[in-house]
Amino acid sequence: MNLWNKLMCYSRRHSPWLFHMNGGSCNGCDIELIASLTPRYDAEQLGVRLEGSPRHADILCITGPITKTAVNAVKTVYDQVCDPKAVIAIGSCPATTNVFVESRTLAGPLNKHIPVDVFVPGCPPRPDAIILGVAKAAEILAERAGKKQIAEPVVMPLVGPGCNGACACGGEAKTAANPEEVAQ
Amino acid sequence: MNLITALARLLIFPGLVFAVPAAWFFLWVERKAVARMQGRIGPPFMQPFFDFVKLMGKSTPPRNGIGGLLMRAWPLIAVSSAAGAVGLLPVLPASGGFQGDLILLLALLELPSMCIIAAGFSSGSIFGEIGSAREAVLSVSYNIVFLLAIVSIAASQHTFSLAALAQQSASPLRWLGILAILVCLPAKLHLNPFSLPNAEQEIYSGPITEYAGPELAMWELSHGLEWVAATGLVATLAAPVLATWWAAALVFVALCFGLVLLLSVVAAATARLQIDTTVRFYWQCTLIFAVLAVASALFMRFRA
Repeated sequence: MNLWNKLMCYSRRHSPWLFHMNGGSCNGCDIELIASLTPRYDAEQLGVRLEGSPRHADILCITGPITKTAVNAVKTVYDQVCDPKAVIAIGSCPATTNVFVESRTLAGPLNKHIPVDVFVPGCPPRPDAIILGVAKAAEILAERAGKKQIAEPVVMPLVGPGCNGACACGGEAKTAANPEEVAQ
Repeated sequence: MNLITALARLLIFPGLVFAVPAAWFFLWVERKAVARMQGRIGPPFMQPFFDFVKLMGKSTPPRNGIGGLLMRAWPLIAVSSAAGAVGLLPVLPASGGFQGDLILLLALLELPSMCIIAAGFSSGSIFGEIGSAREAVLSVSYNIVFLLAIVSIAASQHTFSLAALAQQSASPLRWLGILAILVCLPAKLHLNPFSLPNAEQEIYSGPITEYAGPELAMWELSHGLEWVAATGLVATLAAPVLATWWAAALVFVALCFGLVLLLSVVAAATARLQIDTTVRFYWQCTLIFAVLAVASALFMRFRA
């Protein structure tokens, strides 16, 4: 790997631009995503910027259980994000459709329609967990550019109130064969 | 010797070698100042550089035909004209060669905003078109004041030459003109309270909504270079006359930095105005002072 590639990987890890998309969410996760950018959590320290246009974004953040009316929009927006890109499913809804499971108005879960890289479980997840997920997705983005294939999606640990990474989870990401088990 | 000095000015200071890192630095100062004003820590020092490198490595959507070609061309024209504007600034004492004048500098400063308007319309996105229309209305409003301020400065000192203006000490009328330019800068740089063309949360990213990858990187760079050129123009007009070149360069950089800080703090402290309020602000409140400045400059010239 030459110097330019190294610089590119480093830059990708340190400059994740997000596009936030609501796939029929109750707004709980959307509020938490915005909270992760507020003064208390300040995700901009990691270089995170919430972009208005999917064309500018690297990471697609999708909330909600993907309703039948939203599914085509989700696919369109996924195609509009330019390569290399990563997808984060925020909350339990896009991972498993949560309490709306087997509802006739849903087309979810999300990974039936587009490949998901990071699941951030929780109903809603805490801003800390979302920031952890974004950092993990940025890492995946940098590795993807270096032509390493990532087969399994990463499921982030549940971060409870007051978890500062000193508890059993240690702030580390766990990988599971079946993301739905961990997400539930 | 003249040729070497001219090349050094265009390529090293205040040209490209100085201007590009300065553009990134000013973009960082802007984001950091806004973050500090909001009680956040803000992005790390190298952030605009990382953003630039990352955008250079991203793919762009396929663009076909003349429209696609134009979409690729606009950001490049914007970057080159903004870089040319920075290169024209007479920071160091003049030593012959091509020096340009205020009119050329104004034209080069205006070109990026023309490119933004054209880019929004050629992208075909509805948000781009709204943003371009706003930018056009805004540029008609602030440019009247901006140009009148420049004319008043030039008339009061009997010259359009930048080098001659930099050599003369500032008169009270020039300070009035500088004040009028300062009022126009937030609109020129798309900052709050006049951030209408690229109003986030309202029309996505305005004219640059459809841009991605290296093209977007060029827009970011041209925005940074506009920062350097616009604050540099004010710094050149306001700086005291210094004999030693290193002191002149130091004062120039310090004044630019102070201006960036001031504009960012104003941007963080204000909310976006509506387009009609903005237009009314420039046409009704600010225009009177600009006309007064020009009138008194001309009057003093005829008396002298």
